[in-house]
Amino acid sequence: MNEKKHVSSNPHIRSKMSTSKIMFFVIIALLPATGFGIWNFGYRAAILIAVSVGSAVLTEFIYEKCMKLPVTIDDLSAVVTGLLLALNLPSTLPWWMAALGAVFAILIVKMLFGGLGQNFMNPALGGRCFLMICFTARMTDFTYDGVSTATPLAIIKDGGQVALLDMIIGRIPGTIGETSTIAILIGAVFLICMGVIDLRIPGTYLISFTVLMGLFSGNGWNIEYLTGQLCGGGLMLGAFFMATDYTTTPITEKGKYVYGLALGIMTFILRHFSSSAEGVSYAIIICNLLVPLIEMVTMPKCFGKGGEA
Amino acid sequence: MAFTFKGGIHPFDGKALSKDKPMQEVFPEGEMVYPLSQHIGKPAVPIVKPGERVLMGQKIAEADGFVSAPIYASVSGTIKKIEKRRVLTGDMVESIILDNDGLYEEAERIRVKPIAEMTRGEVINIIREAGVVGMGGAGFPTHVKLSPPNPDKIYYVIANCAECEPYLTSDYRRMIEEPEKLVNGLKIMLALYDHAEGILAVEDNKPDCIRKLKDLTLDEPRITVKELKTKYPQGAERQLIYATTRRAINSSMLPADAGCIVDNVDTICAIYSAVIEGRPLIRRIITVTGDAVRFPRNYVVPCGMSYADLLEEAGGLTKEAAKIISGGPMMGFSLFDLNVPTTKISSALLCLSKDEVAESKPTNCINCGRCVDVCPGRVLPSKLCDMAEHGDMEGFLKYNGLECCECGCCSFVCPAKRQLTQSIKSMRKMALAARKK
Repeated sequence: MNEKKHVSSNPHIRSKMSTSKIMFFVIIALLPATGFGIWNFGYRAAILIAVSVGSAVLTEFIYEKCMKLPVTIDDLSAVVTGLLLALNLPSTLPWWMAALGAVFAILIVKMLFGGLGQNFMNPALGGRCFLMICFTARMTDFTYDGVSTATPLAIIKDGGQVALLDMIIGRIPGTIGETSTIAILIGAVFLICMGVIDLRIPGTYLISFTVLMGLFSGNGWNIEYLTGQLCGGGLMLGAFFMATDYTTTPITEKGKYVYGLALGIMTFILRHFSSSAEGVSYAIIICNLLVPLIEMVTMPKCFGKGGEA
Repeated sequence: MAFTFKGGIHPFDGKALSKDKPMQEVFPEGEMVYPLSQHIGKPAVPIVKPGERVLMGQKIAEADGFVSAPIYASVSGTIKKIEKRRVLTGDMVESIILDNDGLYEEAERIRVKPIAEMTRGEVINIIREAGVVGMGGAGFPTHVKLSPPNPDKIYYVIANCAECEPYLTSDYRRMIEEPEKLVNGLKIMLALYDHAEGILAVEDNKPDCIRKLKDLTLDEPRITVKELKTKYPQGAERQLIYATTRRAINSSMLPADAGCIVDNVDTICAIYSAVIEGRPLIRRIITVTGDAVRFPRNYVVPCGMSYADLLEEAGGLTKEAAKIISGGPMMGFSLFDLNVPTTKISSALLCLSKDEVAESKPTNCINCGRCVDVCPGRVLPSKLCDMAEHGDMEGFLKYNGLECCECGCCSFVCPAKRQLTQSIKSMRKMALAARKK
């Protein structure tokens, strides 16, 4: 037999899951929130989403071309970053700010640290926080139905009343993708069913946050207040789509719970004590920085040496 | 609830290709090749000379020392020469070449006494004499395994009937067609250890085997049939021991340290044939399967037949095979040349028309943690792989790199298609070599 055969080390079969498929599933899962955002905020939201996604992909492409690296935009991760960034922006933001945020997210946060899988901070949130610092006024300007208003989260922080049903459905001011709890949860359930994310991080995050709010917010176990806290702001979007970002979360089993807990504590502190009503983005990027430490202290014991089996 | 362990994967099992066809004996023609090293330990020493006529079942090479095993002719014929031949790993190994005369004239069998009259030592000696080695793939001489330092501290004899490797059905056919051999083989082993209970550990995707074995062991107080969850690598030694006995051993321990002895179906049947019938190990069941094979089936193959002839026997290929593997797709060895001999440890010949490894290009790790979730050794494959690729031996050892059992789950699930198992495996080899020095 003289024909050449492939040889390689075992195993000789591979699962069907791939990086681009995962990213594709995340994009699909974000569609309900995206669609709702466009419906809720109108065409301006659509423009921002398009600009943000386009700039993110283009930045990655140009950077890789300039640095003579293999072009990796087909893994769709830049699309996810661009989309997540857009969903975290108010619909009234000028388009060029969105573009700037996307460039910062991809170029500074992701590519300069080595590209996909090498960044220590969630790129979309890095971009958002960059914009928050540079353009604070524009980033916190929430216009709804033609009037500039406070978000429900800010209202309940000041002791006001909000319509909870509107918050759950999403007929409220806020950033493009964060308002509809239902739309976000539909996407989250899809991701869980496809095996892309699991509840270890978001579950611990949401539970610890709720418990802390119930114990220490001064409002007690007020269901309305707690529901408002859970459905308001970027908590749902953050918990299911950004706190679960693989690259910036611990890889160890126990670490995932510790990370979720840290997020809950951090979000509580920021939302309760800071001057702003919102705290999810900062909580997540701060906890991103803790990931190496969390991994170090949650190293699993291996099988046969006391590790769980 | 079925017994299991934490981690593992559920690959496409492909067993339907060959599982319902009865075993079929093959009678090869032409040259037979017997590598002197088909087992762990010292190679056997030839005791025949070129030109000599030998019979089927005649010893042609003697074990060299305790950790070694003799080799028998699996056909009758004339010894052609003794020379280095290529084996499936690509190495050149000293081998005995036999010209098969196609007569299958049988030699006198090993003399055995009725089992009741034999002592422990005598039984183990016959197993040694018959050249029985672990036929699951490792090839560890069975008589060594059966001689733990303290036989009274063996509490479990586990028959590994899991057959968790995709595509493989040889153990399944054995259990369907000759379950008595397996049960009686296990009884022989149990007789060696006064305090041991026997466990037939079968994955729950083989309910017919479980039923048969349960029926056969109804009146055997010392033997239980345990249903395992169907999951790869359920049949890996450490995972199997844990699933059936809740005892966990690490890489520096032997099953006997946890009071266990584990052997696979074919090995236990070989023990039966040796001790009861006086037959040396000269044949084994090989699953020839894959989407590119014309007649996927289990064949009873005389060891020494070449893979090329075996494939011919199975009707050859129906389409171009991109990859040909000796063994299963998870832990098997890919062959670059079919003109190598089958040995005591060849479990399958798998011909796949698609090479999924070549089709997937490794990309950046995205830290998704899938490898960590599936790793039965509970180590961090992605980190170990990084360390292996950077030559960081210290970190590799600190992160328990040696506890990897090379099952391949991490590479299988990796969405970035990284060669995790391969990198960790090579680093382990280096670490183990350094340790020996």
